[in-house]
Amino acid sequence: MPSEQLAPTRPGSPMGQSIPRREDARLLTGHGHYTADVNRPGQLYAVMVRSPHAHAHIRSIRTDAARAVAGVAAIYTGTDVAGRIAPIPTAWIPPGSDLAITDHPALADTTVRYVGDGVAMVVAESLDSAREARALIDVDYEPLGAVTSVADAMREGAPRVHEGVSQNVALHWRAGSDPSAVDHAMKTAEVVVRQAIVQQRLVPNPMEPRAAVAEFDAAAEALTLWVTSQNPHIHRLLVAGVLGLAEHRVRVIAQDVGGGFGSKIACYPDEVLVAFAARDLGRPVKWVEERREHFVATTHGRDHVDEVELAGRRDGTFTALRVRTRANLGAYLSTAGPGVPTILFGLITNGPYDIPLAATEVYGLYTHTTPVDAYRGAGRPEATFLIERLVDLFAREIGMDPVAVRSKNLVTEDRFPYTNAFGITYDSGRYHASLDRALEHLDLGAFRSEQAAAARHGRLLGLGVSTYVEMCGLGPSEVAGAVGFQGGLWEHALVRVLPTGKVMVMTGISPHGQGEETTFAQVVADRLGCALDDIEVMHGDTQLVSMGWGTYGSRSTAVGGGALSVALDRVVDKARKIAAHVLEADVEDLAFREGRFAVHGVPDRSVAFTDVALKAHLAWSLPEGVEPGLEAEASYNPSNFTYPFGTHMAVVEVDPDTGDINVQRYLAVDDCGPRINPLIVEGQVRGGIVQGIGQALWEGGAYDAQGQLLTGSLMDYALPKARWLPPIETDFTETPAPHNPLGVKGVGETGTIAATPTIVNAVMDALAPMGIHHLDMPLTPERVWRAIQDARTTAPAATGGMRS
Amino acid sequence: MMDPSNNHHAVTLTVNGQTRTESLPPNLLLSEYLRDHLRLTGTHVGCDTSQCGACTVLVDGAAVKSCTVLVVQLPGTTIETVEGLGRPDQLHPVQEAFREAHALQCGFCTPGVLMTAVALLNGDPHPTDAEIRRGLDGIICRCTGYENIVAAVTRAGNGMAAAQEVG
Ligand code: FES
Ligand code: FES
Repeated sequence: MPSEQLAPTRPGSPMGQSIPRREDARLLTGHGHYTADVNRPGQLYAVMVRSPHAHAHIRSIRTDAARAVAGVAAIYTGTDVAGRIAPIPTAWIPPGSDLAITDHPALADTTVRYVGDGVAMVVAESLDSAREARALIDVDYEPLGAVTSVADAMREGAPRVHEGVSQNVALHWRAGSDPSAVDHAMKTAEVVVRQAIVQQRLVPNPMEPRAAVAEFDAAAEALTLWVTSQNPHIHRLLVAGVLGLAEHRVRVIAQDVGGGFGSKIACYPDEVLVAFAARDLGRPVKWVEERREHFVATTHGRDHVDEVELAGRRDGTFTALRVRTRANLGAYLSTAGPGVPTILFGLITNGPYDIPLAATEVYGLYTHTTPVDAYRGAGRPEATFLIERLVDLFAREIGMDPVAVRSKNLVTEDRFPYTNAFGITYDSGRYHASLDRALEHLDLGAFRSEQAAAARHGRLLGLGVSTYVEMCGLGPSEVAGAVGFQGGLWEHALVRVLPTGKVMVMTGISPHGQGEETTFAQVVADRLGCALDDIEVMHGDTQLVSMGWGTYGSRSTAVGGGALSVALDRVVDKARKIAAHVLEADVEDLAFREGRFAVHGVPDRSVAFTDVALKAHLAWSLPEGVEPGLEAEASYNPSNFTYPFGTHMAVVEVDPDTGDINVQRYLAVDDCGPRINPLIVEGQVRGGIVQGIGQALWEGGAYDAQGQLLTGSLMDYALPKARWLPPIETDFTETPAPHNPLGVKGVGETGTIAATPTIVNAVMDALAPMGIHHLDMPLTPERVWRAIQDARTTAPAATGGMRS
Repeated sequence: MMDPSNNHHAVTLTVNGQTRTESLPPNLLLSEYLRDHLRLTGTHVGCDTSQCGACTVLVDGAAVKSCTVLVVQLPGTTIETVEGLGRPDQLHPVQEAFREAHALQCGFCTPGVLMTAVALLNGDPHPTDAEIRRGLDGIICRCTGYENIVAAVTRAGNGMAAAQEVG
C-alpha cells in the first residue's frame, strides 16, 4: 500500500525529514530555563501546609510558634485569604449535565476535602526557615467520614463532599442514540456481552514537579508569573480573574516545561497563592512542588467504573453499544475536570467501529480525593479501553478471532467523512489498511500455531490487538462553546521577517517536549526557502505571543501549525506583491520556488526572498497600497477535530507460576497524517506507548477507606523503567486530515490510548485457556497469580490445556 | 555570607574543573549546593526519595545521585555536572548521540541520564541493550519510553570507542 509522503514544496526541503531537534542543544547542556531555575533578587520561599485528612473540619490553626521562626515573612491561612482570592474556577461546564458547581477556595477555610488540600502557606527568607515553620503550624482537625471510590459515593448515607450536592453527583450526562432504541437492540440481539471495567486512577508524574515564581511591580500594578504551564494564556486569564488583576498587566512565562501530560493544564491554588503573596509582601516569591506533594496535590487521571454492553450478531456484526460510567472527579472540579469523562470520552465510545446504535451515560462524582483532570489522552484512553476489551469479549463469545471481528466492524474507507451515533464526524481514515499493515509485520496464523504449541508445554502466550481512533486536534471553537468549554480552541501565529531575511515565529501553543521549535521551523523553511538556522520559534510568554490556547489534546501541530501555515501564506502573498513591483511583472506571473520569486519562463528575472524582505523594510519603493515591513499573523480556527488512528499489537508471555508478564513484542502502526519530522513522531509514539503499558501493568493510585493515598511516592507508585520494556516496532500509514492546511492529525496521545488495551488484551488472550476473560488493571504479578490460582481451584480441568 | 561560627565546615572540591574552598552548612545536599550556591541549574531535582535520578552527577567518575549526599562528605572530590560535559556549540559525544537519536523530549531527566550514560560507557563502551537498560535502572524518564535513550547510548559508545582508536 503506498503511503502519501508529505509533499515538500521544493527539493531539499526539510519537510518530512528526520531532523534532530533544535531545542536539544540547550537542554543537553544544562541551559534549559525551567521554572525552578528562575531566581529573582530578594526572593522569598513558599511552602504549603496540606491536610493529612481526607475530610475534616478545621477547628483552629495555631501559627504563633511558626511565626517566631527566624526568617518567616508571612503565614496565610484560609481565613486570611478568604475574600481576597476568589475561588479557583472550573473551565468546563458540559451542557445538560446539571453540573453542581461548588467553591474551590485557594486554601481551605472551614473544611478540608482531600489529603493534600491546602490549609496554609508559609513564606520565608529561606526554604529551610519555611519548612521549619511549617512543622510548627498546629492545625486542630475534627476528622469526618470520607468517601473515596465511585462505588461508594452515591450510596445512601455516604459522607457528602459538598453541602447541597446530593449523592455527591457533580454531573449526570448522556449522549448518543435514543436509549429505548438501544434497549430494544440489546433485548433482541443474538449476542450481548457485558463487562464491568475499572479504569484505575493514575498519577501523571511528569519528571519536573510543578513550580511557580511570582514578582509584583507595585508601581505598575503588574504581575510576572513564571509557572509550569501547558497554556500560559489560560493561566493569565484565570490568575488575573482569581486575583482581581487586570489581564493586560499579568505576564505569564513558561519557557521550558519538564513534561505535563495534562497535569500542567489546570490552574492550581498554589500558583495563585504564590502570586498573591508576591503582591502582598512586595517581594518575589518562589515555590517548588516536592514529589510527595505532586502525588496528592497535582491532578490525577482516569478513575472510572464502567458497565459496558456490546450487542451484535453471531456473524460478528455489532449492532448496539451501551456504556454506563461512574467517573471520579475528586474533591473539586479541576479546570478541565468535568469535560474529560463526558465530552472527551462519551462521544467516541464506539471507537473506530460502525455501531448503528450507541449511548453513553456518565455520572461524575465528588469524592474525598485529589481532583481528577486530563492525563495523556484524557477520556479517549478510557473510551478506547472499554470498547477494545468488549470487542475481544465479543469475539470470544462467538468463537471468532478478534482480528476478524475488528475487520468486520471497522468503518470502511468509503464511509468518510463518517458520523458516529454520537454525532461527531470522523474526518478521514483507512482503518483496514492500518490493520493489514500490522498483519504484514505479524503473521497471525504463525502466531496462533506457536501459541498452541506453547500451550502444549504449559506456556501461556497471548496476542493483543487494538484498533483505535482518537478525536483530537482540539478543536473548532464553535464546538468548544457548544460542549461547554469556557474558552476558544483556535490558535494564533505571527511570522515576522526581519530586514536580513531572518524569521521570528511566535506561536500560541506551548510545547514542553513535543518539539515544535523544530517542526514549525521545518514548515517555515519549506515555505520560505530559508535555512533552519535563520528561523527562531518562540512560545511560552504571554508578553511575546499575543494569544494562544496552549498544548494539549494533540492540537499543537494540527491547530498551531494551521495558524502558522495561514500566516506564512500571508507573508508570501505580501512578498509576492513587492517582488512583482521590483521585477516589473504581474503578480500572477511570478513563481515562488526555493526562496526566489521568478517570472514564469524567464528564470533570470528573479529576486530572492531575502532581498524582498530588505526592500519591504526599507520601503523606498513599495507598490501602491502595500505597507512597509514583512510580517503577518493569523488566527486559525479549525473546522473539525482530527482523527488519527492505527493498529497496535503485542505478544506477551505469562508465567503461570508467578503471574509475571513478559512483553515480548510490541508493534505499532499509526496514522497521524503526514509526518513533518518522522523522528519526533516516532518519539511521541514510543513515549506514549510506554505510558499506556504503565497503566496496563504497573501504575495505579490507590486510596484506603480513610482517604489516605497508599501510593504516595515513587517508591509505592511504579513508573515504567527501561529494563521492563521491550523494543517498540513502529510503522506508519499516512492519511491526511482533509480540513487543515498541513493535513496533520496529531500524535501526542495515540500511543497511550492504544497501548493499554493492547497489552491487557494480550494478557487475557494468554489467560483464556484458564477460563480467565477479564482482570482489572494494573495487571501486577500478584493479581494475575491470584486469578490463576482461583481458576485452578474452580476449574482444574481447564488448566494447562489447549485453547478450545 | 556564611558564618564560620555557625557550625559550617570548610570543604575543598573541584566542580567542572574549578577547585573551590567553601564554608558550608553540614546539612547541605550536593544538589542544593550545585543549584542554589553555584547556580548550576542543569542538575535537576525530580523527587524526594532518591528514585528519579534527574540529579545524577559524577563524583570522581562515578554516577551519584546528588540529592543523596551532603557536600561536607565530599572533601577532595572531583564533581562533574552536565554543564561540564560539553557546550551548545560543542557537544560531548554522548550529548551529540542523544540529539541524533532523539533521546530527550522535555529534557528534564536528561542531565541525569547523560551523566549516568557517561559513567556507564566509561566502564564499558560497548554495552548490550540489556546492559544499558539495566544501567538505566537509577533513572526515570517519563517522556521517551527509553528506547531512544538505549539507542543513543549505543551510538555514543561506538563514537567514543572510534574516537579513542583514532586518538
Ligand atoms: S532528585 Fe530524584 S533521585 Fe535525586
Ligand atoms: S525527556 Fe522528559 S522525562 Fe525524560
